[in-house]
Amino acid sequence: MKFGIVVSEGPYTHQASDTAYHFVKAALAAGHEVPRVFFYHDGVNVGTRLSIPPQDERNIQKNWTALGQEHGIDLVICIAAAQRRGLLDENEASRQGKDANNIAEGFRISGLGQLIEMGIQTDRLMTFGD
Amino acid sequence: MSTLHTVNKSPFATTTLASCLNHALEGDAILLIEDGVYGGVVGTELAKALAAAKGVSLYVLSGDLTARGIDTARLVKGMKPIDYAGFVALATEHDRAQAWL
Amino acid sequence: MSEIKKFLYVNRKAPYGTIYALESLEVVLIGAAFDQDVSLAFLDDGVFQLLKKQDTAGIGVKNFSPTFRALGDYDVTKFYVEQESLTERGLTADDLMDITYEDEDDDYEEKPSIRVVNRDEMAAIMGDQDVVLSF
Repeated sequence: MKFGIVVSEGPYTHQASDTAYHFVKAALAAGHEVPRVFFYHDGVNVGTRLSIPPQDERNIQKNWTALGQEHGIDLVICIAAAQRRGLLDENEASRQGKDANNIAEGFRISGLGQLIEMGIQTDRLMTFGD
Repeated sequence: MSTLHTVNKSPFATTTLASCLNHALEGDAILLIEDGVYGGVVGTELAKALAAAKGVSLYVLSGDLTARGIDTARLVKGMKPIDYAGFVALATEHDRAQAWL
Repeated sequence: MSEIKKFLYVNRKAPYGTIYALESLEVVLIGAAFDQDVSLAFLDDGVFQLLKKQDTAGIGVKNFSPTFRALGDYDVTKFYVEQESLTERGLTADDLMDITYEDEDDDYEEKPSIRVVNRDEMAAIMGDQDVVLSF
């Protein structure tokens, strides 16, 4: 079965991105497919490479990057939500005249259409938020 | 056709669990996750409503339960603790998932 | 992409205090381009999103409530509002904005988009979807 995943809260403040991560791992372990995870609302903040959690804590961004790369998951950050919250890739930073970008490896920025498309193309859409 | 409902809020902070219960249909499942697991404990008003939900199966995510120091012995009768693999299985067994955020 | 799915946007949160209502509306607007069978559900505090006379000048935030009235032009014409949620909050359907659409199957007659339903009807609508997006 194909699962589409929505993460709609930011890391550390809310448990949503952790629960989503464990769900995706369990789904893959059970032989299901997770073609895409869509990060919306404050969930876009999962995709910054600039977070530095304490050494003895999980690194939410790195966990997602690793899982995404290992299983070929499309980690999509919503562009509209990302622009509000200061999450940029190289293209967006240059297009908007900003002096830096902060997107982490394995994530990409794209439009809300990717969320709808995920709903159409997967068998189950799971939302993790608050 | 049935729905897997997930509730992630404590029923003492929001009306989310009550609202979910009010909209669950026969054959549906309710899974308590994150702070939602506080709603699975016996001895509260909500617990009575949960126990009275006819034809709705009740589950709780065990990792969230143990993280919060709640013993499964305190759960509402009939509520089953499951792990993430069980969560995935529930999602496949129902036709859709609805997150009560 | 030819398959048409039933999409339900569930709105249970009030506007302005958090961004969920606005960003939900942004998904609805984009989603309208995909030609799916779209319904909007307003229950619990979500009914506050549809109140008349919203004026955000005093808080310096954009008033997005007029956008709901434009959704009919995007073929988003099913706004299910739960009666019990209104009553619990001391509201009636008269407190809600006039949101209409032109029915192309009925000589473009202007019809109300808001359909007040009771809790059991709302539960049945939720149980009849392919994709439920919660905000």
